Amino acid sequence: MEVIRSKVDRAPEDFRSRQLRAQQMLRGDLDGTDLEEYVEQRLLLTKFEDAQNWARKNAIWPLGFGLACCAIEMITVIGSPRNDLARFGAEVIRFSPRQADMLILSGRVSIKMAPVIRRIYDQMLEPKWVISMGACASSAGMFNNYALVAGADKFLPVDVYVPGCPPRPEALIYGIMKLQDKITNDSGLGWRERHKAEGTGEVGGGHA
Amino acid sequence: MPDATGLELVAQRVRDALDDDAVVDTSFAYGAATLEVSPARARDVLEHLKAHDAEPYDLLMSLHGCDYLPEEPRLGVHYQLLSMARRERLGVKARLTTEQPRMPTVTDLFPTADFQEREVYDFFGVIFEGHPDPRRILMPEDYEGHPQRRDFPIGGEPVLFTFNEHELPRWYD
Repeated sequence: MEVIRSKVDRAPEDFRSRQLRAQQMLRGDLDGTDLEEYVEQRLLLTKFEDAQNWARKNAIWPLGFGLACCAIEMITVIGSPRNDLARFGAEVIRFSPRQADMLILSGRVSIKMAPVIRRIYDQMLEPKWVISMGACASSAGMFNNYALVAGADKFLPVDVYVPGCPPRPEALIYGIMKLQDKITNDSGLGWRERHKAEGTGEVGGGHA
Repeated sequence: MPDATGLELVAQRVRDALDDDAVVDTSFAYGAATLEVSPARARDVLEHLKAHDAEPYDLLMSLHGCDYLPEEPRLGVHYQLLSMARRERLGVKARLTTEQPRMPTVTDLFPTADFQEREVYDFFGVIFEGHPDPRRILMPEDYEGHPQRRDFPIGGEPVLFTFNEHELPRWYD
């Protein structure tokens, strides 16, 4: 995020004097250059979109949704204090797709499950992101057979692929950080614009 | 487990109670006793073994299908019976052809056979006549074919390795 900080460069004051100045400001005792300096120090200028993206990228709420063995790994990443995903604002698991921002495809996707996942994805509100976690969700992994979809990106737009079988917790956290980088640049777009899929909506189904 | 002699005795009791064609063969291998029965009589044999035999088997532990591809008849349906009182197990096996993969259901004798017969139908295409709900159970309902048959294509996608990268068209894209 591009931040224009105030250009006043002064030695850091101790807490007590800052508190005193705040007290003066609230009482209306500050005026003139003192007041201008005070305001300049406490302002942080940015663009509205940047602030919005900053807020979005630090509150990616994942959907509580697991597919297979990677789901266990995902739970330890999201839910455990050892990995502490709260550092990146993505620890609040939402069990309703209406409240979730991110879908982590954690495991192999069977052809029977694919329409279910697609419906859950369609029920999520924009903006929404998808992380394909592990080899199976990305490419069917070692299961090259009749029962599985070879790659969840055949029916879903996937933003970040995390390789591994299963990925290390650090790898998934890195994937979430990559997603944060992506959100920083273009979170305002819907998934159709982001993945260049305009005009793929259902006929008569609105612009879901 | 009935031993080899006990298995012959069971087979003979079944033959006496039903008829000689009901039990096709017996096999005793690795300590496991198995009666091979004709598919049309499988239900009668199981009913006899459950209710009327001198040494009854009251539980159906498992019902599963099998495909012995080079052999004929190709398909097999296996029943594993258990007597809780005597702690004895007995296998019952029926062999079917892919042209006529039909046999009577045993859901009225053993309710546990309901889902397992659906699974055998789903994966091997064996039709259990008289089944109360003969749908697929694991594959999607509009799926075509029976994927555990050994002549069913494996499916999936060709995987790019270094040894076959030039066989896959436009692999470099």
